[in-house]
Amino acid sequence: MQKHSFTIAMIASMAVLTALAQFGFINQYIQSVIMLMGVNIILSASLNLVNGYMGEFSCGHGGFMCVGAYASSVMTVLLFSKNQILGAPLLPESMALFAFPLALAVGAAVASVAGLIVAVPSFKTRGDYLAIITLAANYMVISAIDNLEIIGGPRGFMGMNATVNAMNSVVNIPWMLIWVILGTIFSVWILRRFVSSTLGKGVPAICQDEIAAEIMSVDTNRMKLIAFMLSSGLAGLAGGLFAHILGYVNPHSFDIMKSTEVMVMVYLGGMGSLSGATLSAVLFTLLLEVLRPLEIWKWVVIPLLLILLMQFRPEGLMGNKELSDLFPKLRKYYSFK
Amino acid sequence: MSLLEVKGLTRRFGGLIAVNDFNIELGEHELVALIGPNGAGKTTVFNLVSGFYQPSEGSISFKGKDTKGLRPHQVTGLGVARTFQGIRLWGEMNVLDNIRVAQHYTLGYSLLDCFLRTKNYLLREKAIDTIAWELLEAMDMKDCAYELPRNLSYGLQRRVEIARAMSLKPSLLLLDEPAAGLNSADVEGLIKLVRWIYDTFPVTIWMIEHQMKVVMSLCSRIKVVDFGTTIADGTPHEIQTNPTVIKAYLGDDTI
Repeated sequence: MQKHSFTIAMIASMAVLTALAQFGFINQYIQSVIMLMGVNIILSASLNLVNGYMGEFSCGHGGFMCVGAYASSVMTVLLFSKNQILGAPLLPESMALFAFPLALAVGAAVASVAGLIVAVPSFKTRGDYLAIITLAANYMVISAIDNLEIIGGPRGFMGMNATVNAMNSVVNIPWMLIWVILGTIFSVWILRRFVSSTLGKGVPAICQDEIAAEIMSVDTNRMKLIAFMLSSGLAGLAGGLFAHILGYVNPHSFDIMKSTEVMVMVYLGGMGSLSGATLSAVLFTLLLEVLRPLEIWKWVVIPLLLILLMQFRPEGLMGNKELSDLFPKLRKYYSFK
Repeated sequence: MSLLEVKGLTRRFGGLIAVNDFNIELGEHELVALIGPNGAGKTTVFNLVSGFYQPSEGSISFKGKDTKGLRPHQVTGLGVARTFQGIRLWGEMNVLDNIRVAQHYTLGYSLLDCFLRTKNYLLREKAIDTIAWELLEAMDMKDCAYELPRNLSYGLQRRVEIARAMSLKPSLLLLDEPAAGLNSADVEGLIKLVRWIYDTFPVTIWMIEHQMKVVMSLCSRIKVVDFGTTIADGTPHEIQTNPTVIKAYLGDDTI
């Protein structure tokens, strides 16, 4: 029971959410909030690997999300929709269900390769200097896409809805909701497996004492490569999902504002805690929606809340503890491996 | 064949010659000390041998293999483990994890194994766990396995650091001032521990130490350096009566 309870709970909640959406109990708006929540969970959990576990200050996460969003969008538009430049659809609609996760995977892979822009300098540089490099990487990505007319440049890129429609034409259920939930579970699960292994514990070892890590046989360059590439790859996955939820992407939705938003979620949740990252992503998304009636004042209230949080609980909601560390009794009911 | 062969080792930092033409040959299963006044370049020698610095001149060969150009973790992988003058444990990881992470070189599984939790992964993690627990048990530290290092006493932290180095199953163990900052009871414990490690494992121990009690009661051979150069090399008795050594430590008697 304890061994499988988590899996069962996840499958059950996914089934319930899908059913609710399918039979119209939750409207389009709530669905999109849930999907954004999923995307935010992936983003904050993946950034937590670098900013929390590895102790580097990466502030260009939006850039990798952007790479993933564009790479997977170009894939799906190429395959399933009619585009002036990329031509007629290459595959019949019936293939969409298999091709879509593949496109997401391609987006993630391209984004993790883009992660090299940051990973390679990180061998020699750290701290503030590396933070500047990550910032530069974000700008590089945005301006590269801004200048690529073939994918719309600053006007943005669209046509992803054709793929979503194609999936619906096979079986008419809320596919994007399902993919987002699957993607979120996959991301948190893969990160959890990584950081709980002896291999993955090399990452906090770098954070706590890099020299000791190197002398004690941890290949620090390899660990940094893995951490940055895994982190940016998952950001790319989040980007791919985000692009297909909205059906439209614009390079400027992934600029420094987006990166800051993700960073806020990481520090809100607690560095080096996956449950913290998940929790804070959920709370942050909800907060943004709840405070929507305040309009522009929202951006006064939220930063103010952040300042207060940092004053009274600087380690974030969870510190570097997981939920099962804070409430050991929970271990009886679930194990997440 | 000797275990470690250092020939003409020189390291310059700008105009400062920290180590000058240093030579040593260590065989299998020896207990050797490196002593000398403060700033004599002892730790620099250790940093060079463990691959943390690259030599300006000279060569270091370990088990017949030249370590030039190797990164520190690769040198460690060859079988050189060390401890640090100031304790450098990973503070936010419990003692058990500290010892586990030090086995990175012999992990024996890939990233994919880690994601998929393959049979190989489970087997290897179990083996890593076993080594860690065996070591903790043998060193009588089972009780503090789940403690964070910063909650332990200084003496215990030293023991954890030595345990961490031993988990690498080294053939050469470098101890950089293991007795620094310990009280006299802890020093006795340390002497016993080093003696026990030497008797139990097939390891050569090379230590830097200022406390003569430790050096004299443990080591069969002592090498003395001053200003980067070797000034004496011999048995504890020879060193105690060597006039150059006395001069280096106590100064010239002619005023």
